[in-house]
Amino acid sequence: MGVNRRKFLKIAGMSTLGAAAAPASNALGAVNPIEWVNEKLGGFTPFETLLHLLHRPVGYEPGEALTGQRWVMVVNVKGLDEEIAEACMEVCHRVHNVPKIDNARHEIKWIWHAEYKHVFPGQKHEHIGEKYQHAPFLVMCNHCENPACVRVCPTKATFKRKQDGIVLMDMHRCIGCRFCMAACPFGARSFNWIIPWPRESAGTLPRFRKGKEPPNPEFPTRVKGVVEKCNFCAERLAKGQIPACVEVCQEAAKEKGKEPALVFGDLEDPDSKVRELLRSHYTLRRKPELGTNPNVYYMV
Amino acid sequence: MYDGGKIVAGIIIGLIFLTFPIWYTHGTAPPRPEVKLPEKTKECVEPRAYMKTKHMQLIDLWRDSVVRVGNRSYLAFNGKKYDMSLQNTCISADCHAKKSEFCDRCHNYTGVVPYCWDCHIEPEEKPQAEEKH
Repeated sequence: MGVNRRKFLKIAGMSTLGAAAAPASNALGAVNPIEWVNEKLGGFTPFETLLHLLHRPVGYEPGEALTGQRWVMVVNVKGLDEEIAEACMEVCHRVHNVPKIDNARHEIKWIWHAEYKHVFPGQKHEHIGEKYQHAPFLVMCNHCENPACVRVCPTKATFKRKQDGIVLMDMHRCIGCRFCMAACPFGARSFNWIIPWPRESAGTLPRFRKGKEPPNPEFPTRVKGVVEKCNFCAERLAKGQIPACVEVCQEAAKEKGKEPALVFGDLEDPDSKVRELLRSHYTLRRKPELGTNPNVYYMV
Repeated sequence: MYDGGKIVAGIIIGLIFLTFPIWYTHGTAPPRPEVKLPEKTKECVEPRAYMKTKHMQLIDLWRDSVVRVGNRSYLAFNGKKYDMSLQNTCISADCHAKKSEFCDRCHNYTGVVPYCWDCHIEPEEKPQAEEKH
């Protein structure tokens, strides 16, 4: 028994209606079932979730962890000098096993300092005072609220952590396509062009290319072919410590009697130090016109 | 069957060649690898049988949990909580301090080359020669 003309038209009509209903329901703000499932699974695939359900439950974060809803950094340029900026870079790169590479084309940096004209290229003009022109502005990943790098990553190796907005890298997933580096408007990402941690032979420990320093045993190293960047010290926050650069700045501020150059805190907490600073001072963000909503503020 | 003798002889020679690795090495298999268990710690995060067969899935679970979700603490079978970390828990000084005496023994035997150690750092082991001096 074939499909007659009348029945065919009925089916075709219903299918068209059905296909039209899906975008219409989206427009009304209805929940997309695929997105809903994805959100419930917390970034895991359904298969991974099943696998994890078969395992023992995962405990919760230890009580001593620092938790926030949206971590931000305030850079107080008055409290910065070249020495403090270099100390921040030194400690960050040491605790995160960032190799020292002299060749600028292969260089890897999580935090560094730059001049005003490079940090705020849209706002430079020739009459800016000397003290601003040559002040060392500390720059790092802005942990944008709307990160371009995350949108372009084809493997979801870089992602924004739901609970506190930190933009993180999953080195296990990175395929080294460098889309994120093209997308990031701040140049905050570095690619491992060369083996960052060469081992002299199998069984020996990896060493820094320069100076042969041993690595920080508590943090992993990287391989050639992955992209890396600042992680807002997610591993230190989990232990209840503030980011390493902020800690260095606090110590330096005490020693030199200056204001701390870096302040870290939760933007969603109205009583936090960062909110107080943002209320009482005029602050800038890098390239806000791009709409990525950076989470690093500059007090000039 | 034309040339039957040659064909049968050929088949027999072929079989001998094919089965050569089996009967030639019969009984000479290397001994089962023995891993050295940690002295200070007696219990792993899960029972031994589970760890033997499922440690890779467990480590994979730890990795996803720590890196992507941000949960870093694991509730073990004995009720203790562990920091989910290959470098700071599994291979730390109190547990499997020597990778060459634990991980490598079985992995080398079975020819498994996980890429964990391309990035993660094991504790330094002094070379044998140095210890003798």
